[in-house]
Amino acid sequence: MAVTVAEEWLNACSGCEISILNIGVALLDLLPMLEFVHMPVLLDHKYFGQTGEKTDFEIPEAMVGIVSGGVRNEEHKHVLEEMRKKCQTLIALGSCAAYGGIPAQANMFKKEEVFDKIFRHCVSTDPAPDPVDPDVPPWLATCMALDEVVKVDVTIPGCPPHPDWIVEAVTALVMGESSWSLPERSVCDTCPVIREKKSAGGPIKRLFENLEFNPEEGLDKMRCINEQGFLCLGPVTLAGCAGKTGVPRCVQARTPCRGCFGPIRKGARPMVDMMGSLTSVGLDPKTVVDRRAIMNRYIGGHGFLTPLPARPGK
Amino acid sequence: MAKVIQIQPVTRIEGHAKVDIHLDDAGNVADTRVHIQTLRGFEKFCEGRPAEEMPRIVCHICGICPWAHHLASSKATDAVFGVTPPPAAVKLRRLMQAIAYISDKILHFYFLAAPDFVIGPDADYSVRNVVGIINAAPDIAQQVVRYRHLGARLLENFAGRAIHPTFSLAGGVSKPMTETERQAMLPAAKELLEFSQFSIKFAKENVFPKYLDAIKSIGVIKVGYIGTVTDDGAMDFYDGKIRLMQPDGAYEDFAYEQYTDFLGEHVEPWSYQKFPYAKKWGPLSLNLDHPTGVYRSNCLARVNVADKMATPLAQAELEEFRAAFGRPAHFTLLYHYARLIELVQLAETAVQLLEDPEITSPEVRVKVEPRAARGVGCVEAPRGTLIHDYETDADGLIKSLNLIVGTTHNNAAINLSVNQAAKEFIKAGTYDQGILNKVEMAIRAYDP
Repeated sequence: MAVTVAEEWLNACSGCEISILNIGVALLDLLPMLEFVHMPVLLDHKYFGQTGEKTDFEIPEAMVGIVSGGVRNEEHKHVLEEMRKKCQTLIALGSCAAYGGIPAQANMFKKEEVFDKIFRHCVSTDPAPDPVDPDVPPWLATCMALDEVVKVDVTIPGCPPHPDWIVEAVTALVMGESSWSLPERSVCDTCPVIREKKSAGGPIKRLFENLEFNPEEGLDKMRCINEQGFLCLGPVTLAGCAGKTGVPRCVQARTPCRGCFGPIRKGARPMVDMMGSLTSVGLDPKTVVDRRAIMNRYIGGHGFLTPLPARPGK
Repeated sequence: MAKVIQIQPVTRIEGHAKVDIHLDDAGNVADTRVHIQTLRGFEKFCEGRPAEEMPRIVCHICGICPWAHHLASSKATDAVFGVTPPPAAVKLRRLMQAIAYISDKILHFYFLAAPDFVIGPDADYSVRNVVGIINAAPDIAQQVVRYRHLGARLLENFAGRAIHPTFSLAGGVSKPMTETERQAMLPAAKELLEFSQFSIKFAKENVFPKYLDAIKSIGVIKVGYIGTVTDDGAMDFYDGKIRLMQPDGAYEDFAYEQYTDFLGEHVEPWSYQKFPYAKKWGPLSLNLDHPTGVYRSNCLARVNVADKMATPLAQAELEEFRAAFGRPAHFTLLYHYARLIELVQLAETAVQLLEDPEITSPEVRVKVEPRAARGVGCVEAPRGTLIHDYETDADGLIKSLNLIVGTTHNNAAINLSVNQAAKEFIKAGTYDQGILNKVEMAIRAYDP
C-alpha cells in the first residue's frame, strides 16, 4: 500500500520543492510508493473543498507530512497546526522550517520598522498604509522555526536540503522507521582543503577579491578559507550540503560556507563557537563585519536574532 | 443572493495566493481579487548587510529563479562598487543564467501548465497533475525529469549550487571555467537544445491546436508590456535597455537608473504584493473595461517588446508566432507558446557560449573597494524585468535598497485576467470545479 503524503509551504521560496524535483530520475522510482493527497505546488486539492463550498479549513489525513518555510504570519501558523493534526509524522524540510532561515533575518527589526520601509519608504512605491484585510494574514511577532509552534518529528535541514537526504529520510519513514537525522559532523569534517591550523593573522578579509587557488587543481590543493583570512562558517555548520558524495557546495564554487545547514547539534551556540574557531587560527573575530547577522544568517529563529536595544544617545 | 467564491490555495503556481470571486444578487461576477498573502521583508532586513554579501542573500527571494536574483544583485553590486567584470565573467554569468532558465521553463511547461492541456481543464482534480502526466505520457515524463535534472547537475558540478548560488560576486565570478569543464558541458548543452526543439514542436503539433478556443477566451486582456532588449532590439536576458510598450505597440526605451521615472508601485489594502504601473499612462486602474497604467512582464511581454530574437532557431519560431498572432500578441494563454520560443533561444545561447574560447579565460574577477554609491542592476528573470537598486555607505554596507521582482509587474494584469475569466465563465450563479480551474488557468499562464 502506498504511503500517503501531504506537503505544504509556509514562509518559503519554493527552493525546497525544487530540491524534491532535483531528486531526478530516482523520483520516478520513489513515486509509486507514495500517494500525494495535498501539495499546492503540484496538486489542485483545496482547503475549503474543490469549489470552496465548505466552511471548515481541511487538509486530508496523511501518514507523512512535509512542511517547508518558517512561520511568519497567522495563516502559516493555522496551516501548520492543521498539518500537525492530520499527519502522523511531520517533517520540517529545509532551514526555514528548521531554524527560521534567511527570512528570520527580519527578526533583527521590529515589525513596524519592516512595514514602514516596505509600504512607505521604497523609492518606487507610492506611500500607503499597511495592507489590512481579512485575506491578508497579519504577521506574528517573529519569524519562527516549526518546532517553536508544533512538535516536529524529523528535520531535514539545508538551504535547500540535498535531494539525497530527502530520498533517504522519506524512504526510512516509508519503511517504517520512526525517525531520521543527519550525522553530527561539521562541514570541515567533509571538506578536502589543506589546513595548517594557522593563518596570516590580521583583520578578517571581506570578499572583495577571490580566494587564492589554482583552478586546474582540486580542492585538496587549496588552503582552508579561514586560514586564507576570510570568514567561512564550516567549523560550526552541520555537514551534508553536497549529499552523500561530493564536497561542500559553496567550497566547490570556491566561496566560503555561510552556514545553510545550521548548527551541528541541537543547543549549539554557533556564533560563540565560531569566534573560538577564528581565534584558534590567529584571527580576530571582532573584525568580522556585520558579525551577528552573518553568523546567524540561516538560524534567526529560536530567539537567535532579536532587535538590538536602542543605543544610548541615539 | 450575493456570495463570495473562494479559490484557496491557488495551486500549481510558485507562490501563495487566494482568489475571491464576488457574485451579485443575480449570481453574476461583481468583482474579483487575487490576494497575495505572504510578505518576507527583504527590503528591510538587507539594510546593514555588506554589499558584497547581497548576491548570496537575495537569491533566497525565489528558489525557482535564484539565479535571476543572484545576477541582478551581482550587477547592482558591480555598480555600487563602480567596476566592470572581465568579459569571461560576464559570459559565465550568462551561461549559468541560460542553463538555470532552461530547467525552469521545462518545469513550468510540462509539470505545472501541461496538466490543464494534456489531462484537460475540466478533468477531476485528483488526476489533473504531474502524476497524471506521468501516467498519460510516461516516455515524455521520463525525458522531462531527465533534462530538468541535467540542467541542475550542470550548474552544481561547475558552480557548486543549482539553487541559491554563490558563484557570482561584485566584480565578476568566483572561479574560471577550465577547458576540461567546457568540453564536458558542451555536449550536454547540445542535448538541451535538441530537447528544446522537440518541446516547441510537440506543443505546436499536439497541444496548442486543440486549445485555440481556450486561448481566445481565458484571461484575455489588452494591456502594455515590459522587457529587456539590446541596442539593436534583440531579446536579451542578461543586459540591455528596458522597453515599455503600450497596448497598441508604441514603445519607449530607458536605462536601468531611470526606472523610477517610468514605473511606480501602488499599494492596495487587500494584498501584500504591490501593483507596479506605468507612471506616464495615468494612475493605475483595474477597471476591466478601461484599465490604465497596466503592463505585463514575463515571456509574452519579452516576445512582444523584442524586435527580434538573438539566435537563429528562436528567430524562426518568433516569425511563425508573429505571422499567426501579430505584434503585440495579447491572448494570455500565449504565454505558454512564448515560453517555449524563449526556451529555444536560451538553449542556443548556452551552446554558443560554450563554443566561445574566451569563456575559459582565467580573468574572472576584478577587486572591489567599498564606497558610498547607488547602483541599479537588472536582468530578465523568467517572470519578468527584475530590478535591484542598492545604496551603500562609505564602508560598503547597504543603506537602502529597493526591489521590483519579475512577477510583481504582473500583479495588476493577473487581477484583470482573473476578472475577465470569472466574468466569461460564471453566469447566473452557475459554476463547477472545471470553471474555477479555468479561472486559475488565467493565473497559471503568468507562472507567478
